[in-house]
Amino acid sequence: MNAPEPLSRWSRAGSSRVPFWAYTDARLYRQELEKIFYGPHWCYVGLEIEVPNVGDYRLTWVGERQVILVRDRVAPRDRGTDHGIRVVENRCAHRGVRFCQQPHGNARSFVCPYHQWTYKLNGELAGLPFKDGVQAVDARGQPCVNGGMPADFDLKQHGLTKLRVAVLHGLVFATFSEEAEPIEQYLGPQVMPWLERIFAGRKLTLLGYNRQRIPGNWKLMMENIKDPYHPGLLHTWFVTFGLWRADQKSRMVMDAHGRHAVMISRRNPNAPAVADGGENKAVTQGVTSFKADMALNDTRLLDVVPEPWWKVADPSNPGTEIMPSVTMITLFPSLIIQQQVNSLSTRHIVPRGEGTFDFVWTHFGFADDSEEMTRRRLRQANLFGPAGFVSADDGEVIQFSQDGFRQWGEAGETLCELGGTDTQGTEHMVTETLIRSMYAYWRKVMGQ
Amino acid sequence: MNEKLLLQLEIDQLNAAYAAALDERRFDGWPQFFLEDGRYTVQARENFDRGLPLALIALESQGMMKDRVYGVTQTIYHGPYYTRHVVSPAQVLGEEDGRIRAQAHYAVFRTRPGDASEVYNVGRYIDEIARTPAGLKLASRKCVYDSEMVLNSLIYPI
Repeated sequence: MNAPEPLSRWSRAGSSRVPFWAYTDARLYRQELEKIFYGPHWCYVGLEIEVPNVGDYRLTWVGERQVILVRDRVAPRDRGTDHGIRVVENRCAHRGVRFCQQPHGNARSFVCPYHQWTYKLNGELAGLPFKDGVQAVDARGQPCVNGGMPADFDLKQHGLTKLRVAVLHGLVFATFSEEAEPIEQYLGPQVMPWLERIFAGRKLTLLGYNRQRIPGNWKLMMENIKDPYHPGLLHTWFVTFGLWRADQKSRMVMDAHGRHAVMISRRNPNAPAVADGGENKAVTQGVTSFKADMALNDTRLLDVVPEPWWKVADPSNPGTEIMPSVTMITLFPSLIIQQQVNSLSTRHIVPRGEGTFDFVWTHFGFADDSEEMTRRRLRQANLFGPAGFVSADDGEVIQFSQDGFRQWGEAGETLCELGGTDTQGTEHMVTETLIRSMYAYWRKVMGQ
Repeated sequence: MNEKLLLQLEIDQLNAAYAAALDERRFDGWPQFFLEDGRYTVQARENFDRGLPLALIALESQGMMKDRVYGVTQTIYHGPYYTRHVVSPAQVLGEEDGRIRAQAHYAVFRTRPGDASEVYNVGRYIDEIARTPAGLKLASRKCVYDSEMVLNSLIYPI
């Protein structure tokens, strides 16, 4: 028999070196699903506007479990307290069938095709065929009942798995855990103002989806958006057009656990609107991705127009205002919210084994956007997503990271020591502190 | 009848030349298949079918196409790959206001160094084609793809 593995394999102190096995070990990944995705964490499942009417549903994911996001009927007297949004597991309580196969639609109830067990929109079992058996006549000619479920069969005990649901400013989160704290508390007072800046009091409009399958560990995507070091180096468009650069006024914010984060930055006010972000040798010299002579043929691709809501009271400096042009929010474990100039999206991480995840982008705007603003958001979408000028290469480097981990094996480790080894927030972007803080939290959750 | 056959042949030739330009990596020639204010979009079928406007790539002029070509050849870091387009005969749907409406099915295979070929992107071209002195030009090409997942990234035009 194999010797039992020690509970903790993380041999170094701190979280500035991440062992390759954290990305490549299939057994550890199964534990991550249990402890993180199905544990006391809130997972993003979609936007409220995706299910506008009673009975509207769409399939989505919590970890590897497919769930149904659905809008239930709500009695008039409950409408003040019940948003009507339900999330139930797409798995029949009878024989385990993933019964719902249409990615979205409208339903009065859910029926499993195998034996027609029928569920209400809230997941309760409404009924099933032959529950009380079938009337027949026995050998002596007497009426009798054949079969049926046991007399003590209780419909209430055999509904779909219902997840706890939290709706926050139109974002829908769900959890399998009874222990997850209330959503505002889960996200924390450091992160909440940045969510409110985008979402509070606004009605969203759905612009559409992009989906990509990335052959890398799911955590690499979280790291990518907790890493302010790479955008001004990997992404020519960011450094050249001054959308994200090491000389910009920036701030790295995290919650008290270090699991969620916000990267906040502001395009230099003197950066020309297009074609050139201004050359500052301190951050462009030797950066091969900086293209001093790059000019767009059609400048509408970068037709950035500041929006009034960008400016808010600065949560860390009372009495002053702050006007970021970009906020990248990572909500552990599976959601990224992007505001990059006029482009807005949620990006949902759906893990598929230790070496792959699906990445679902949902672009949105606001109900009061002018036609020009909608067109602008759609145009700027050319920069983001699986084909985006600045996002396509993120998926590529994640794949090559995973390849590198795999070829070396257990003993290797990544190095995240830009800006030191601590896990504090910063007022600049020359740091890997947010990656370290996520792994400090991950170690606690995983017992590593 | 002859005119109809000729048009069919012309559109198929346009598609063949278009596919060859991409697969032979003559990207600078790609915008020339379009009118100056031609449009090019690559859009997931789910968005197209539901009337959602988001596209994976949405370009509104030859200028933007040139910017895309510069972007993919000079700025986006990605693993190298070849494409191979297989395009069906075009279905000519009609002609209004000097614009021919046509549709063709496509499959694009991707081959990366050291790897087997894989089905990369499958869908249909929904085209509006203009007659010009320089021959047929695309006023609009919509690539609506069935593939539910982009295999990591999509760099070169479809």
